[in-house]
Amino acid sequence: MGESSLKDLIGRLRKLDERYLYSILAALVVLFPWIVRSVRWIQVVNFFFVYALLGLSLNIILGYAGLFQLGHAAFYAVGAYTTAILSSRYDIPTFWLLPVAGLLSAVFAILISRPILHLRGDYLCIVTIGFGEIVRIALRNDASSLVFLSKIPGLQFLEEKLTGLVITGGPNGIFGINRPAILGFTFRQQWHYYYLFLAFVVFTVFAMRRLENSRLGRAWTCVREDELAAETMGIDTVRVKLLAFAIGAAWAGVAGNLYASWVTVIAPESFSFWESVIMFCIVVLGGTGSIPGVLVGTVGMVVLPEILREVLLNIQQWRMLLFGAAMVIMMVFRPEGLWPSQRFRRQLELAKEAVGSE
Amino acid sequence: MGQLVQQLINGLTIGSFYALIALGYTMVYGVLKLINFAHGDLFMLGAYLGLVTLMGVVVNLGAPASLLLLLLIFLIVMALVAGIGIVLERVAYRPLYQAGRLPSIVSALGASIFLQNGVMLLYGARYRTYPEEFKVIVPDVIWEIGGARVALIQLLMLVIAALLMAGLYFFVQYTRVGTAMRAVALDHDTASLMGIDVYRIIMLVFLIGPALGGAGGMMVGLYYGRIYFTLGWSYGLKAFTAAILGGIGNIPGAMIGGLILGLIEALATGFVSDAWKNAIAFFVLVLILIFKPRGLLGERVAEKL
Repeated sequence: MGESSLKDLIGRLRKLDERYLYSILAALVVLFPWIVRSVRWIQVVNFFFVYALLGLSLNIILGYAGLFQLGHAAFYAVGAYTTAILSSRYDIPTFWLLPVAGLLSAVFAILISRPILHLRGDYLCIVTIGFGEIVRIALRNDASSLVFLSKIPGLQFLEEKLTGLVITGGPNGIFGINRPAILGFTFRQQWHYYYLFLAFVVFTVFAMRRLENSRLGRAWTCVREDELAAETMGIDTVRVKLLAFAIGAAWAGVAGNLYASWVTVIAPESFSFWESVIMFCIVVLGGTGSIPGVLVGTVGMVVLPEILREVLLNIQQWRMLLFGAAMVIMMVFRPEGLWPSQRFRRQLELAKEAVGSE
Repeated sequence: MGQLVQQLINGLTIGSFYALIALGYTMVYGVLKLINFAHGDLFMLGAYLGLVTLMGVVVNLGAPASLLLLLLIFLIVMALVAGIGIVLERVAYRPLYQAGRLPSIVSALGASIFLQNGVMLLYGARYRTYPEEFKVIVPDVIWEIGGARVALIQLLMLVIAALLMAGLYFFVQYTRVGTAMRAVALDHDTASLMGIDVYRIIMLVFLIGPALGGAGGMMVGLYYGRIYFTLGWSYGLKAFTAAILGGIGNIPGAMIGGLILGLIEALATGFVSDAWKNAIAFFVLVLILIFKPRGLLGERVAEKL
């Protein structure tokens, strides 16, 4: 395509109503599997969807409520392992396990976050990293490694119960997870999952927009901006923060369920600190607290490395080096994120003005 | 009994490594309120640079392997890592001071990925070993104390770590520049009104922290003999935990936190379960923070006035 015709095209597109643009975009998204016709790229986009769900769920905790959470993989893991264990052992359909995974994740989140809610900023950050690591180590070690507990007087009976007990499958993880099925239709191909995940992402984006502007959403913003003022205004800050953790975790649990039923094999290393780092970067790179930001951030953290893989044919090993550098550069030039929320953008402008007037 | 003493000694050795790295986290945090996630990778870089310099000098140039030479190389490695630390601050952190905390964390994580993969590209993805030649430098002497075995190299590591930490402590507490550093940590604006060049202090922090981390890296290399390019994350996370445990921003706190973490880990390995040692360390951290939300030595700061 020549340069003039490209300009022509852009000019014509500009004249179109926004609604048409969105309709075209929606049509492209819906038809995507039929346009690219490449299983690999559909798979990449499926990964994009899973991480978008995770990013949106972390955005509640980190973006709306402003709680430093760098162990989100723990909640994702609880959802995935709940699904995997119940599905592979008791043959329960994975769709039925969707609410179970979400609920268990939420309960788990409430249990671990209640005692640490009073921690501020960076202290909360390391504790959440700690919980993330504890969960991963527990999954890796499996129940039989807890045999040492039987050395404690009074707990000797545990020895025979725990020896050889397999729950999480240790480092190998769990395989044989059921594929999701609905009304007799089983999801098998990558493009089946594409539409399933797309539906979930669309629903989540819609739900998040409602949540953002709800009473609870505004309470989160208030707690993030000034906890003391929020409390003075009659907001039950403990409850509000717990709800952020619970809802964020429930959503991550749902993402875990979808992931488990998609790949059908899960292992502890899929839920390592690195995964939490990716989710954290998705939210901040995109623009903390911004829904389109999370989607753009997911493109940056999940799709960009795959594109780099295609582009850097001969210098494959430079991929992650460039990726790290890109993260630094993006933050240095756009600290507010690629698609920031209005509030954050304003805050940054104010901070710059304050510096300028010094 | 013998095993207890043994684990205590092992714990102190590992703990002194953690403490050296934790100092870098805590100093940067004290001055900038920034978690420098790339610090662990500077430590790893120290381990690699130590190996490369030792190889270059002893194997290629044929210099006699002696303790003096080792100490000299120590200083070279510290200087190199400090230089990289300063560059890192300029490139990845300085443009972000006004932007709040989250962007700098992501920038730090990006820098960490960059350093890790840079080392992997330069030195390969496989682990590297400190060659046998260096065993001559520190003779393989082992004493039996109360049923526990103490190696000379362990003592040497403890002494070097103690000297470095004591040096830092006196520098920060009793010199003019150290006082300036503490002033900046308390309040940037007031410190700069008092005529302190805040950016020079920040640079100094990024010189001392990575230098200590680099020294720690080379010590870990000499002690364990085997280094990986992912060393930075495992040790970095532990050292960061140690810094928080002691009360982040507090220099003696980082030293105590490191030693405690090392002891917990060694005792967990000896008496509970090796597979669970990291989980136990994090669990103890959570417990301590529940009861002392600002760490062991952290001051109680009024929430908001």
